Amino acid sequence: MIKYFLIVNKQGQTRLSKYYEHVDINKHTLLETEVVKRCLSRSNEQCSFIEYKDFKLIHRQYAALFIVVGVDDTETEMAIYEFIHNSVEVLDEYFSRVSELDKMFNLDKVHIILDEMVCRIVETNRERILAPLLILYNDSSSSSHSLFARMI
Amino acid sequence: MALTVVSQIFPREMIPAVLPLIEDKLQHSKEIIRRKAVLALYKFHLIAPNQVQHIHIKFRKALCDRDVGVMAASLHIYLRMIKENSSGYKDLTGSFVTILKQVVGGKLPVDFNYHSVPAPWLQIQLLRILGLLGKDDQRTSELMYDVLDESLRRAELNHNVTYAILFECVHTVYSIYPKSELLEKAAKCIGKFVLSPKINLKYLGLKALTYVIQQDPTLALQHQMTIIECLDHPDPIIKRETLELLYRITNAQNVTVIVQKMLEYLHQSKEEYVIVNLVGKIAELAEKYAPDNAWFIQTMNAVFSVGGDVMHPDIPNNFLRLLAEGFDDETEDQQLRLYAVQSYLTLLDMENVFYPQRFLQVMSWVLGEYSYLLDKETPAEVIAKLYKLLMNDSVSSETKTWLIAAVTKLTPQAHSSDTVERLIHEFTISLDTCMRQHAFELKHLHENVELMTSLLPVDRSCEDLAVDASLSFLDGFVAEGLSQGAAPYKPHHQRQEEKLSQEKVLNFEPYGLSFSSSGFTGRQSPAGISLGSDISGNSAETGLKETNSLKLEGIKKLWGKEGYLPKKESKTGDESGALPIPQESIMENVDQTITKKDQSQVLTQSKEEKEKQLLASSLFVGLGSESTVNLLGKADTVSHKFRRKSKIKEAKSGEASSTHNMTCSSFSSLSNVAYEDDYYLNTLHDRGDKELKTFSLNSELLDSESLTELPLVEKFSNCSLSTPSLFADNSMEIFHPPQSIAASVAKESSLASSFLEETTEYIHSNAMEVCNNETISVSSYKIWKDDCLLMVWSVTNKSGLELKSANLEIFPAENFKVTEQPGCCLPIMEAESTKSFQYSVQIEKPFTEGILSGFIRYHMMDTHSAQLEFSVNLSLLDFIRPLKISSEDFGKLWLSFANDVKQNVKMSESQAALPSALKTLQQKLRLHIIEIIGNEGLLACQLLPSIPCLLHCRVYADVLALWFRSSCSTLPDYLLYQCQKVIEGS
Repeated sequence: MIKYFLIVNKQGQTRLSKYYEHVDINKHTLLETEVVKRCLSRSNEQCSFIEYKDFKLIHRQYAALFIVVGVDDTETEMAIYEFIHNSVEVLDEYFSRVSELDKMFNLDKVHIILDEMVCRIVETNRERILAPLLILYNDSSSSSHSLFARMI
Repeated sequence: MALTVVSQIFPREMIPAVLPLIEDKLQHSKEIIRRKAVLALYKFHLIAPNQVQHIHIKFRKALCDRDVGVMAASLHIYLRMIKENSSGYKDLTGSFVTILKQVVGGKLPVDFNYHSVPAPWLQIQLLRILGLLGKDDQRTSELMYDVLDESLRRAELNHNVTYAILFECVHTVYSIYPKSELLEKAAKCIGKFVLSPKINLKYLGLKALTYVIQQDPTLALQHQMTIIECLDHPDPIIKRETLELLYRITNAQNVTVIVQKMLEYLHQSKEEYVIVNLVGKIAELAEKYAPDNAWFIQTMNAVFSVGGDVMHPDIPNNFLRLLAEGFDDETEDQQLRLYAVQSYLTLLDMENVFYPQRFLQVMSWVLGEYSYLLDKETPAEVIAKLYKLLMNDSVSSETKTWLIAAVTKLTPQAHSSDTVERLIHEFTISLDTCMRQHAFELKHLHENVELMTSLLPVDRSCEDLAVDASLSFLDGFVAEGLSQGAAPYKPHHQRQEEKLSQEKVLNFEPYGLSFSSSGFTGRQSPAGISLGSDISGNSAETGLKETNSLKLEGIKKLWGKEGYLPKKESKTGDESGALPIPQESIMENVDQTITKKDQSQVLTQSKEEKEKQLLASSLFVGLGSESTVNLLGKADTVSHKFRRKSKIKEAKSGEASSTHNMTCSSFSSLSNVAYEDDYYLNTLHDRGDKELKTFSLNSELLDSESLTELPLVEKFSNCSLSTPSLFADNSMEIFHPPQSIAASVAKESSLASSFLEETTEYIHSNAMEVCNNETISVSSYKIWKDDCLLMVWSVTNKSGLELKSANLEIFPAENFKVTEQPGCCLPIMEAESTKSFQYSVQIEKPFTEGILSGFIRYHMMDTHSAQLEFSVNLSLLDFIRPLKISSEDFGKLWLSFANDVKQNVKMSESQAALPSALKTLQQKLRLHIIEIIGNEGLLACQLLPSIPCLLHCRVYADVLALWFRSSCSTLPDYLLYQCQKVIEGS
């Protein structure tokens, strides 16, 4: 079970955070700083899994960005580790070479992508993940309205 | 989009409103919509499983969906459901295997590939499901051997994600019914992981090893060197995982080294969570495998000093119990205790060292109990040390109470000590009331040394103390109060109800509540008097009453009333016991003897009472706040202790029951009553013992008689119910817990001769065969007794041979509390005979369906032992009993319950009228119909042991509006589901 999904940069600023289990909103920052501190202190020689309280953190570094996923012990670490990579590939494809700025200015789109992928690991097919997003943003506004209509 | 939102945030109350909409969407033409709908349902399943139960069939459809995405989404639901109840989905194994085969074989569209691995996460998910399905089930497992082999073979590519699949594969291979070839392959895979230079893989390998090693410790030997390497790895995470692995392979030989390593790690780590976890493990290992005393004590010292106040409170408690109860060997015990005392004294000698509070508490207890074992140091010196600690400001007040208790225990041995006087002087003026209380106790005890030595005997800590929960010695006082016009004591909830009813002067409720309480509540008695004891309290109130009275003990109001004079207190107890209180004057011919006995009993009781209180204050301050020593905690520990000493218990119960026969008292040994009653039992036995002493003369006379009786009842229960009570001592009241239990016990014991005869008293289900093999077959049936569900497994020996030591065990289950009835291990089973095993099952929290599984083990001809597993489905309905209350009570209860659920249900043609519908409910769900008024009906039931649930029904045309209320938040939901099923189904 995935508990949360964080994207942070090397300076420890949170770029995106999604929680799949209720965490008190006031505790978000506290938790994030704690988690980030731990991840940043790891070197490349150390393994990418950390135990933190009763769940596990799996982190992966992409240039200046860290992606951290918190899971409970029912998930296999390696699968999540690769899942992170999968999500980055998807983002990469959509933004064509994704960068930190992309994520900052297109937060809504990143969220949509993640919504498609995560709940548990739901969708890993790249084209399918992007399909609704492409419909939403590439077509004219009228078609996106009709999409809404169809979906609801 | 809306569906996405639904699957992420959704309140459970709204589910019924949108459920049909989402169900429609399952048929949508677009696969993405279908997928989202499935996910939304998955979410519903997570938050309220009972509300989506009726659409399980639709999940199956989703599983067979032509689109892979939809199918994958439905797997989440299945994983969840299979985890809860694997036996229900065995038939789907085939489909899962086929799906996996297709995925592994690359039959999916190419765009599902991830780095040329076909849908890796889907594979992982499927493997997980298969692992759950195949667990301990040979037949199901056989179906999947092929595909597992295939996946192991296919996953040879060198990519991270294939390792993830491999890991899951290994996990599955080891969790299903084993097959040697596969195991071999899996072991090879693990080797690959562990030896990998990549750190992540190493981690994974270690994790897999940890899992595997429980089944196959030899594998650890192969990777010995790697494990040792990992132990010194710079990465703490790897180290920790290795320790976890070592923890699993610990045995008596290697425990010293492993614990050493763990302690090293413990000293380095700073994180609270890790410490708590590790400390628990070390303590467990130390208790299990300790090679010698010195090592054990030292390890525990280290654990206490590092773990300190964050660790689980069970650890110090267990440790103390171990010390107190000891092992089989008495000299060994003494040595252990002596060593503990010595080591603590040296620790205390060190200056300027800070110890955690818990550690200090443990120290003070041990010193208080076992200092007498020391030769060199006198108690006075020990007291001096404790005194020094007491004066230390960094010690919390809770610990201080422990310390004072220790000092109190030591005082009688020290004879005269200035320190004690100084201490008393110091603390009688303390600001902390609790401390002052203890100091006063000590002071009075100190003044009367003789009483003190009798109250605080040396080395008696583990004797079971009789707790007179009903405070019988106060009965006289209460009777006096009553005769002077004080209102009888009302339990807390009754008072509250009355208050509630007064507040609701304007009554909008449809039940026409009639309260005649105005004259009643006006005379509410002052708390002091009413807290005494409620003699006529009915069975339902007993539990509450106890808590109240015990709280009273905790704060020692008792003393308060008698002006802090312990001596006087025991005297009063004496008098009140001897006073012929009107209600107990049903004494008959044996009057005189019994009065005498009564007296002596009360005398010992009041003494014990005090001993108990002192001990309780020392033992239990750690558990709750000082003032409220709660009954539950205490009952728990006592009975726990008892479980450990089951042998003694048996002996005792034998003793007790024979005594009972002799004295013809009203005791009925309730050994088959549920677990909680164990507590009463203890008390009972204790008393039985007392009587044994007093009446040893009589016993000889009647011994032969009781002996003949014993074997008769031994098999079912040692209930020995004798002639009606000759003396109705008030304190006995409590030993008739819920009346129904007492009644059933009565019935049972009187019918003890034949089991089948007895079962006819209750409704029971038909026998159902649960498992069999060539030698035995096991069938089970349920007996719905008033107080519990009695599961009976009857084992038939089909072979012509004798079976030795047949033994039936039930695995502990999450939702149930299973209590063994006596006679569950049969030494010999004759050929072609049938024997029954009985278990009473109690429910711990509501659920719709649960599984109770267990196994039967037997020996054939002394050669080999065989084991046969089985499982039985239990539904919530097995634990529902009618609750017979009046309409007025219904009204009161209705107001007091907070959790309600409403739902409209369509009725079928055949039962459109209310009475017939209610009749169905009564028959199928065992609800009790209280009243039918026009088109409304009132029903009530209770979930065992005693969670009431009320139901109000109203009929409009062909719709039945159900409205549940209960004190338990989940029960109405589950009941509603059952009602729906019954009404719509019929």
